[in-house]
Amino acid sequence: MAGLIDALRETFPVTLRIVGADFFAAMARVYVASDPPRSPILLEYGGGFANFIEKFEPASSLPYLSDVCRIERAWLEAYHAPEALPIEMSQLKSVSPSEIPTLRLGLHPSVRLVRSKFPALTIWKTNIDGGTPIPVDLQAGGEDVLISRPHADVEVRSISRSAFTFVQAIASKSTILEAAEIALDSDPEFILSSALVAVFGSGLIVDSHTAGIARRIASEAEDEER
Amino acid sequence: MPGLSTSRIPPSMPPRAGVGLKAEHYRTILEVQPDIGFFEVHAENYMGPGGPPHRYLSAIAARYPISLHGVGLSIGGSSALDQSHLRRLRYLLERYNPVLFSEHLAWSTHDTSFFHDLLPLPYTNKTLWHVCEHIDEVQSEIGRQMLLENPSTYLSFSESTYSEVDFIAEVVMRTGCGLLLDVNNVFVASKNQQWDPFFYIDSYPLDKVQEIHLAGHKEEADERGQPLLIDTHDRPVSELVWQLFEHTIEQTGALPTLIEWDAALPAWTDLQAEAQCAERVMSLARFEKAFLCSSLIGWMTSRLRYLIRSFPYRRA
Repeated sequence: MAGLIDALRETFPVTLRIVGADFFAAMARVYVASDPPRSPILLEYGGGFANFIEKFEPASSLPYLSDVCRIERAWLEAYHAPEALPIEMSQLKSVSPSEIPTLRLGLHPSVRLVRSKFPALTIWKTNIDGGTPIPVDLQAGGEDVLISRPHADVEVRSISRSAFTFVQAIASKSTILEAAEIALDSDPEFILSSALVAVFGSGLIVDSHTAGIARRIASEAEDEER
Repeated sequence: MPGLSTSRIPPSMPPRAGVGLKAEHYRTILEVQPDIGFFEVHAENYMGPGGPPHRYLSAIAARYPISLHGVGLSIGGSSALDQSHLRRLRYLLERYNPVLFSEHLAWSTHDTSFFHDLLPLPYTNKTLWHVCEHIDEVQSEIGRQMLLENPSTYLSFSESTYSEVDFIAEVVMRTGCGLLLDVNNVFVASKNQQWDPFFYIDSYPLDKVQEIHLAGHKEEADERGQPLLIDTHDRPVSELVWQLFEHTIEQTGALPTLIEWDAALPAWTDLQAEAQCAERVMSLARFEKAFLCSSLIGWMTSRLRYLIRSFPYRRA
């Protein structure tokens, strides 16, 4: 029990810092009792902590707390995510232009998205080790946060609402065209080409394929066999 | 993945002191490349699919011998071993090729809940059967010998029909496993249950011990005001545990010895100093063994030991 609370303290240092040690320990104790670990791997524990905090009555005066907690959890998941090598946008050159809209992009396995009605990322940044405390206006509007680890280090950044929607659509296996339509719905100013440059440039894409390409590669392979 | 050891033969483990590998020290270790016997890692901390833990461990395993220490297998439990956990262990053993692999004589799993605590078991014919079955299963799955670690206990079970030492000796005889002797656990258990830790060591199957653990413990009092030691791993090794270690080493000779420090981590140099202290104890024991035949030299070594003792074991 004490070990589990310690594990939560290590995974959620910002949440701990915001509510203080006593409150955190009390909250963690209730959580551990309600959601005991199902795995011998302690580093996987705490996946339900943010949802728990959202409904935890004594923490209701801090409505942003669960989203800060989600960022911390996403950071941990990105940190331990499988390795995958990002591809360059130039690799799309081999795809015929007419097929690009029907491409399905494969996201890096470390990519996580957190959408908050509050400036949760700003709050997280001011409270991490080495963060600079700044006044945070809770009414400043929400933040859309992308967490990834394309290479050695975890990267956490704020992205636009439409970019968030775009990445979310890619994550749910939409084609580039479908994802762009959804993003345009959320923001008429959405520009597909710059969004593509951004997702490739940030190392978020690890593969791309279309049903057409898969068919062609298969038929070429058959040709070679003949 | 680059940096992976290509050799399948484990490098040999020197009879030196090592420390637990902590994320806080990854960078220092790679930059400073300290002179240290080995690093030990908790298997469960490297069961994430990827990320910096694996990058650093690969880089460190290319330079130092590694010991893999499991904490989640629940060998002492009555329920069947978690097959997926066993597979994850086998994968880690194949990937990092550690020189030593150890697990605990304890249980932590009941049905589908994992307590993340190492709980003691009674020593009976029934538990002996379970433990031996589990160790046989582990050793055949991983295709190598495992080391079994003695627990730190706060109580003994009235239903036990074996002493802990007899139980462990029986397990070794039946399964062919090796032993990891945690000297701090012996000390903690002896104070909590008021028996003689030196007698425990003297009756232990020391010839089967391939590794030693040393750690700091916290002293509290129970509700009756009796001292209660807690195995906290959050401070330097206590003076009495050093003495028990010295007593052990005098009989076994130098062995791979780990300083376990898992909470309230010190700076790297302080952790390294603790390991150096263990090496001083081992070299002194070696010196005594070689020269004890002469009474004069015996007298000199006792003076030397006194002098070394009067230096603080740790840097102030």
